[in-house]
Amino acid sequence: MEDRSKQLVQMIADMQEEDAVKLAREMLDAGYDPVKLLGHCREAMEMVGKRYAAGEYFLPELMLAGEMLKAIGDMAKPLIKQDTSGAKTAGTVIIGTVEGDLHDIGKNIVTFMLEINGFKVIDLGIDVPVSNFIDSIREHKPQVVGLSGFLTLAFDAMKQTIEAIKAAGLRENIKIMIGGGQVDETVKTYTGADAFGLNAMDAVSLCKQWVPA
Amino acid sequence: MDAIELREPDRLPTILFSHFWVALYSGMTFRQAMYDYEGLAAAMLKAMVDLEPDGYQPVHAAVAFGPTMDILDYKQLEWPGHKGLAEDVPFQYLDAQYMAPEEYEDYVRDPTGFMLHKYMPRVAGAFEPLSQLPYYPGVLHTRIIQSMESYARPEVRRALETMIKAGEEMQKMRAIQSRLIQELKDLGFPSTAHATSHAPFDVAADYLRGSKGAMLDLFRNKDRLLHLLDRLTVLIPPTAIESAKAAGGNMIFVPLHWGLDGFMSPKQFTTFFWPQFQKVLLTLIEAGLHPHVLWEGDCTSRLDLIKDVPPGKCVYFFERTDMFKAKEALRGKVCIRGNVPASMLIAGTPNEVREHCKKLFDTVGDGGGFILDASVGVPDEAKPENVLAMFQCAKECVY
Repeated sequence: MEDRSKQLVQMIADMQEEDAVKLAREMLDAGYDPVKLLGHCREAMEMVGKRYAAGEYFLPELMLAGEMLKAIGDMAKPLIKQDTSGAKTAGTVIIGTVEGDLHDIGKNIVTFMLEINGFKVIDLGIDVPVSNFIDSIREHKPQVVGLSGFLTLAFDAMKQTIEAIKAAGLRENIKIMIGGGQVDETVKTYTGADAFGLNAMDAVSLCKQWVPA
Repeated sequence: MDAIELREPDRLPTILFSHFWVALYSGMTFRQAMYDYEGLAAAMLKAMVDLEPDGYQPVHAAVAFGPTMDILDYKQLEWPGHKGLAEDVPFQYLDAQYMAPEEYEDYVRDPTGFMLHKYMPRVAGAFEPLSQLPYYPGVLHTRIIQSMESYARPEVRRALETMIKAGEEMQKMRAIQSRLIQELKDLGFPSTAHATSHAPFDVAADYLRGSKGAMLDLFRNKDRLLHLLDRLTVLIPPTAIESAKAAGGNMIFVPLHWGLDGFMSPKQFTTFFWPQFQKVLLTLIEAGLHPHVLWEGDCTSRLDLIKDVPPGKCVYFFERTDMFKAKEALRGKVCIRGNVPASMLIAGTPNEVREHCKKLFDTVGDGGGFILDASVGVPDEAKPENVLAMFQCAKECVY
């Protein structure tokens, strides 16, 4: 079984989707501990994340890795009996595409990369009204809020969201990062965010810097 | 033309490319810009007279299709005031799977049949009955005569009537657009976009498989995808060539979405994107056309590859690519266009804009082959004084 688990990690990390899902199925059928199996998936995802950070993998690999993780997760999770909801996380991040903007590819990739780096991510979706961010911050008390937007209209929507967070008295304890096709230093200053990122690795680095392990 | 053919013009040339900014500049809303053809024409005329660019991209073709979309019950876009979207936002494309993976062969075997029977019914309610039309390759001789029956079916008849109504609406828009193009021509402003074209991978990813499907297909359906891309290299150019001919011009706008750094690996780019797109560019150039290729995002790492096109024929319009590196790589090959940042035009000051434009002229403008523009055209929310500063500055940049 030791060899097979190593093989599984390697297959996922090397993008061998069909083989990886088949092997995971065989291992579970043979009685392999589903919790341990998901641990191997996490190990593989860390390798995928490292390869992405190193410029070896790009968006298509992240997308496929996400699909493999979901397929294996769907097989393993129903077999898990113990409660794992109390598992320790690296921190909580609330993320969403700001009001008026319907784009979600960038946000989804950032969510995926944060999750495989151990963060609990509350994804509020697209076209998110300011009040949803406020309610979610009150409920989940995140360390970081990520505002995403592809269109230039997002600059104002980000600014309004950040102003509203401030007006609600919630700004002090959280860090806010913005991301999307056209953000830069000027937009960061304009919106009042703490930082901007151009890709998913920037988001992970910022969260790790702001939420020390 | 001097800039495109890599000679020094008299001064730094500019092109006005805007979706909604010209409308907002005249006090219109996003929704009005999509619905009020005359109002948009007046707004465009005002912007042109105020800014005096050397060329422009017709704005009606970019935004004025609200009424036609209503008639068709169009589903690939959300637009201001339609369904859940507010009135003060631009229209947005809905990324989704419009062709299933098992339909690759259907498309490759008979693209027109696939578009008519499968694709169009998925993108607009009005087209749904088109799925009942005959498959003509197998309909011959007296069967052609008999096939007329399908056109008289109540639902097909309704679809055809709706399409005629949509066509009439589009003719109304086109008539006003043509009148504006003539008025601007009389004032000395030539259009610099006579038709639009695409990269094969963008067609596959944006319009057929959806972004998620296309990315997964690089692994799951690699051979099918490559076969489709090959077919698209042949299928894409005739549309642009015919449209440019009908418009009486030779400038083709080619917006790209998937070519940028970070989306694909260099190996994926040289397998799935560049070779097929290069073929499309060469076909357009052979037909006597000048492609203005909008390389969205940052494409700095692609420069060495994409310089391989005939000199003095293309314009590469860059969004975030390093213009200084682009100039080095493309000098003597390709005219470059861009790229005053959207953030500067929205949140900066006229002085910052002027300084940036001057810096671009002094470095990237060296020897000609450079057209000043915003990063993906003038952003909708740009401050008027910043846009005026950009176009005014170009007039002061004399060779």
